[in-house]
Amino acid sequence: MPVLWIILIVLALAAVGYVLGSRRALQQVDGDIRQLHSRPSYYGWNVALYVMVPSFIVMLIWLLAQPLIVERSVSRYLPDEAISEGESRGLVLNQVGQVAGTLRAAINQDVLTRPEALSLTVDDQDRLDLMRENGLALLTQQPILDAAQHNLRITQAGATWLSIIVILLSVGGLAYALWRTNPEFRARNVVEQVIRYILIGCSSIAIATTVGIVLSLVFESINFFQLYPWTDFFFGTEWTPSFGGGSELGLLPLLWGTLYISFIALLVSVPIGLFAAIYMSEYASPRVRSFAKPMIEVLAGIPTIVYGLFALVTVGPLLRDWIAQPLNLGDTGSSVATAGIVMGIMLIPFVSSLSDDIINSVPQSLRDGSLGLGSTHSETIRQVVLPAALPGIVGAVLLAASRAIGETMIVVLGAGAMAQIDVNPFEAMTTITVKIVGQLTGDNDFASPETLVAFALGLTLFTITLALNIVALYIVRKYREQYE
Amino acid sequence: MTDTTPEFAPVDPSRREAKSLLAVDARTRRRNAAESRFKAYGIGAIAIAILALAWLVITILSDGLPAFRQTYATVPVTLSAEVVDPKGNRDPAEMSSVFTLSYGQLLTDGIKTYLAENSIDIPNLSDTDIADFFSDQARTTLRTQVLTDPEMVGQTVEVPALTSARVDGYFKGRVTMEQAAIDSRTSPEQLMLADALKDRGALETKFNWDFITNADASETRPEAAGLGVAIIGSAYMMLIVLALALPIGVAASIYLEEFAPQNRFTDIIEVNISNLAAVPSIVFGILGLAAFINFAGLPRSAPVVGGLVLTLMTLPTIIIATRAALKAVPPSIRDAALGVGASRMQTVFHHVLPLALPGILTGTIIGLAGALGETAPLLLIGMVAFVQDIPSAPPAGFFEPASALPVQVYNWTNRADPAFFERASGAIIVLLLFLLCMNLLAIYLRRKFERRW
Repeated sequence: MPVLWIILIVLALAAVGYVLGSRRALQQVDGDIRQLHSRPSYYGWNVALYVMVPSFIVMLIWLLAQPLIVERSVSRYLPDEAISEGESRGLVLNQVGQVAGTLRAAINQDVLTRPEALSLTVDDQDRLDLMRENGLALLTQQPILDAAQHNLRITQAGATWLSIIVILLSVGGLAYALWRTNPEFRARNVVEQVIRYILIGCSSIAIATTVGIVLSLVFESINFFQLYPWTDFFFGTEWTPSFGGGSELGLLPLLWGTLYISFIALLVSVPIGLFAAIYMSEYASPRVRSFAKPMIEVLAGIPTIVYGLFALVTVGPLLRDWIAQPLNLGDTGSSVATAGIVMGIMLIPFVSSLSDDIINSVPQSLRDGSLGLGSTHSETIRQVVLPAALPGIVGAVLLAASRAIGETMIVVLGAGAMAQIDVNPFEAMTTITVKIVGQLTGDNDFASPETLVAFALGLTLFTITLALNIVALYIVRKYREQYE
Repeated sequence: MTDTTPEFAPVDPSRREAKSLLAVDARTRRRNAAESRFKAYGIGAIAIAILALAWLVITILSDGLPAFRQTYATVPVTLSAEVVDPKGNRDPAEMSSVFTLSYGQLLTDGIKTYLAENSIDIPNLSDTDIADFFSDQARTTLRTQVLTDPEMVGQTVEVPALTSARVDGYFKGRVTMEQAAIDSRTSPEQLMLADALKDRGALETKFNWDFITNADASETRPEAAGLGVAIIGSAYMMLIVLALALPIGVAASIYLEEFAPQNRFTDIIEVNISNLAAVPSIVFGILGLAAFINFAGLPRSAPVVGGLVLTLMTLPTIIIATRAALKAVPPSIRDAALGVGASRMQTVFHHVLPLALPGILTGTIIGLAGALGETAPLLLIGMVAFVQDIPSAPPAGFFEPASALPVQVYNWTNRADPAFFERASGAIIVLLLFLLCMNLLAIYLRRKFERRW
């Protein structure tokens, strides 16, 4: 039975349980609500929760555990002879999974019936031809096909048992909760306790996401470092992946490109953002401010793909024709400068909004004191307000830097894909994010270092940005407390 | 104080004499000049930022607006029975054995007849020029029309046929006669033919609904490529994000804001949420690939995976906005509810939450707008695939391959034909229109429900 159906059945049972529960509570007191501990709807909710919560928990755990158990069982089923030399067990298991997927597709598209699929052998030319006609080519050896059929069989058995257990559980929950319903039963307290746990569960998703990110990055990176020495990755200066093997996968050219582009982006965004923030918080009349601030913040709401296209179509050719070619610095539109300048425009609002907040939080008494001593407005800003706001501004710049390092679409479209270490800003270079996209799009074989390197790159990126964010948040927060 | 001490030293008497209250001395002038310079930098910075925005918007609009108009040629085409229905029994099943190429011949013949009847003579116009004048899509469209309406066989019909991207580009100023002479895919004769047809009213450039409803087309026919699948894919993902991120985000915020004790566990959650808000989006793509596709076995290129990834990305935004909205509800509301005997849970769900709802909705819409424009994580989970079939209705459609608006833009920028750049900019206009609508809705909600306590 498909999972969707099971969910719908459980939900229907819950709805029935709600009606039965509240009605039963009312019946027991002959419609006199005052004799009930809680309002009738709480008795209904109590029953519905007893139906839903255990069955959904069991279902979730089952669905998460089933692939692991299936894989282990198939692995035990697969004889050692089936694994030819030079192949790992994981690779063969991957093949088994693909063959099983093809068989399942054949059953779903009514090309084969289930018994036919389960009894298929590699010599059965008629059925194989039938599958090929329907676009389901099956090229494999007998042991793998056997293992795939075994996989299909236990998955099927698992699905059957899952539906039986879940539905029994929800019916049982319904009966138990109805039996417990009586006027003294503290339904509201129970319901509220359950809701509280649900709320805690929802909050924990943030932790689950972080754990998921870290686990997926770390596990695949470990796989990568087993295939490729970590010293070559972290200290290699060559990036020449080739899917035939013998690749050089050095991080340094990518790191250089990333830092160089981010540096140019900050060179553009920090002065503009900072001066814009100073003007808006110190000089601008409320009317100018109410116009300029949202206009600048629009820049932050524009999707990065739009900036990417802008870099590719407009800014790149412009820089090439007006600066790079006349000065003999290069003749490519995709360059560090293109991506850096466009990214700088994107980052202006990040710098200006945060700086604006921080400048505004400098107490007026400091300004009054300085003005009272006879300094001009700009002297007050330069010598009193900015030094007081400096830690916060540094934090804002660090946050912008971590955005720049993690930015993808602008560099994918604007900076080119040449992995090189060069100081000329009009040369094409590439970044960590571009290479993650490059290595993971297209048909990937998850056993080759050329694909797995993307996870190591992701881990590097995650670590760098996380460190920057933590430092930045620490500085911003610590500074903000000073005047409170 | 030591820095300023010399200022108080006795001033040279000669300087003091020259000083009048009305005359501005050199030092003051310098300081005033510095003041106005400093102010000018600020104005300059704001001007640069706003000019950059204007430049961006104007470029996108001028590049992309032509994508909404498309050139169609309407010449009489004789659907001769021996070509389209060789067996002569008007049976669509048998007529479908006729290849689209034959329909292309019909279109070419139609143009030739038209030229002869109107005595238009274009020197050096070859048959290939006429054949390439139409888009490959035109003959497919014609074939589909005939198959759905077999009564058309044998008649002479005037149906608007899609012209090729170069002819279309000629009327939009993208292709010139000089370029056509060196371009292998068009010729000056073709453009002269286009001019001649235009003069007689047989060629018109009209609003291009197909751009919004069609699926993507292959590399060789940019004129037929549309956004239909991408819009549906984006809509499905937004539905998933809305259905998951809103309840989970609100529940998490309620716990953290109203019930959470100050302990280690809630501290970890808080730190996690603020960190997640700053994790680069591509890392979420890696998570989606590793967790949802490789581990959980969900299908590639499907809106369900995209929706889940974007949900995880959007959650911090929604949680931060919701907590601000909950915090803004004054304690007196809570006290009043507790005072008449409501439980804490009832206080929150019956009184605080409804009052915070406008703020929550505003934050959610802004989070959704961010998710709608996100590209990088979708590239990793395989949304770059070329999808021609419009996905079916949900929930089955959630598991079928689809595209997404920003990814479609990225796809088109990777193709060589300049006509695709026009399409990409056009797609961006659609995307920005959606974002604009969402933001306007958010502003409207905020204005309408804004409340002062």
